[in-house]
Amino acid sequence: MNNNYLDIIRPGINTTFQDKGRDHLYHIGIPFSGAMDNRNYLIANKLVNNNLDAAVIEFAYQGPHLKYSGEKINFAITGDVIFSIKKKDTQIEGNCYQSYQIENGDEINILSTNKSVYGYLALGGELDLKFQWNSCSINTKANIGSNDGKKLDAGQRINFKKINSNKNIKKIDYINTKIENIRVMKGTNFDYFSEQGKQTFYEKEFIVSKLSDRMGMRLEGPKIENIFDTNIKSEGLIKGVIQVPADGNPIIMLSDHGTVGGYPKIGVVVSVDYDRLVQMAPGSKIKFKEINLSDAETLFKLYEMETQNLLYQI
Amino acid sequence: MIKNISNLGDAALYCDFGNEVNKSINSQVIKYFKTIKEKKLEGINNLTPSYNKLIISYDLRKTNFKEVKKFIENINIEESKKTNSKKLEIPVCCHENFSMDIKRLEEILKLSREKILENFLNKDYFCYMTGFIAGMPFLGDLDENMRAQRLETPRVKVPKGSVAVTEQFANIYTFESPGGWNILGNTPLDVFDSSKEEKPNLINPGDTVIFKEITLDQYNNFNE
Repeated sequence: MNNNYLDIIRPGINTTFQDKGRDHLYHIGIPFSGAMDNRNYLIANKLVNNNLDAAVIEFAYQGPHLKYSGEKINFAITGDVIFSIKKKDTQIEGNCYQSYQIENGDEINILSTNKSVYGYLALGGELDLKFQWNSCSINTKANIGSNDGKKLDAGQRINFKKINSNKNIKKIDYINTKIENIRVMKGTNFDYFSEQGKQTFYEKEFIVSKLSDRMGMRLEGPKIENIFDTNIKSEGLIKGVIQVPADGNPIIMLSDHGTVGGYPKIGVVVSVDYDRLVQMAPGSKIKFKEINLSDAETLFKLYEMETQNLLYQI
Repeated sequence: MIKNISNLGDAALYCDFGNEVNKSINSQVIKYFKTIKEKKLEGINNLTPSYNKLIISYDLRKTNFKEVKKFIENINIEESKKTNSKKLEIPVCCHENFSMDIKRLEEILKLSREKILENFLNKDYFCYMTGFIAGMPFLGDLDENMRAQRLETPRVKVPKGSVAVTEQFANIYTFESPGGWNILGNTPLDVFDSSKEEKPNLINPGDTVIFKEITLDQYNNFNE
């Protein structure tokens, strides 16, 4: 143990430790979890010379206000985030996608995410966290992961196991692109819905509800009419599945989703659009657009190449 | 056997074993699940067996639908494969402190409290799957005269340990969670323990479960 730590002055709304997530556990009811926006998670770690699978602090809407004690370290924030850094005599507005050095007594104050949901704070070093099933990711519903599976709270202290010796400042030009059309493939119960229901799904606009969280994104808008059965025998889910319960309002499964569910699946959001989907704040408009499997696979490959290219540039 | 394989989005395979819910179809699902799990194909992230479906999700960076489908179509399932299933007794206290929905069940089923408990307790139930929340077992089948729909409005908080029924199934809430099943009692056993990483679930697919009634005194003095 060393003497480097962060004290939480204000925790923010939904602040957790996240990493690459945990797999091979769906069959016992434990979801993937992990950073919601994977690309921004990876970039944050790269900017501070961390391993790409290191733990970061994920926050939603309002982030934490933290005070640092210890030797000099680097930190970086990714996403579309408004934050400030308070040093002895000065306070500066911080920029995302660039690392900063902080020293004993400095404060990081993450005020809000701008027209988006999630932001990431990576710290140059390794946090002292409990791992469960090879991941520190906090799942607040099942209380799994570091911090007893609970979101971070005021007055808590975050300790470092070690800090990075390489403290070069790094920077990358990156802008989070927004999309209005979320691309989907037909779900396994697509034919449970009436012709009009299918048309509603593809042609009408839906609004992201404020009842959305890491488990799921609820949508409001025109009801999607089911003409067959509003329940199915419970079966497995994956992130991106769009279920439509009896009330006709779609719910998109996100990273902490229940592993099985009994509502008909009208569609599935394709992998390439997941990072951008989770960043759609309540009130955003969503329209679904159908694509086929081979296009979905190709687009994901391109997106992945772009991510690797961004990481390579840092 | 698998009747049809399709894709669920671009990162999962949907293996359909039919529409009925019975032990023999579910045993097939579990055999496939165990065999695929042992083979550890590069890129497969998760396997989710349920009553009559198996969902295989994969990392699109490492593999794709075509490759995983081919692997599943050519896999050899040993019919005699042992499932290592256990028989477990679950103590359950049906004191009125816990049996929140007994009155509702009495009305729906037109059976007395005594008759409902007599029908429910001391019978073998088969674990079809676990999930929704960590470790929650889906057990069946309840007798025909015991089948009730779920609550119209689900509870926001169902207490940990609640033993509940809906349609032909029973389950146990492994921790406090929202839920709409009819609650009959509560077990003091920890059915899910996240500190046991190797075996967090007490009950696993293929296991047999029997509910044994305990008194409130026994419940309060319960020691694992």
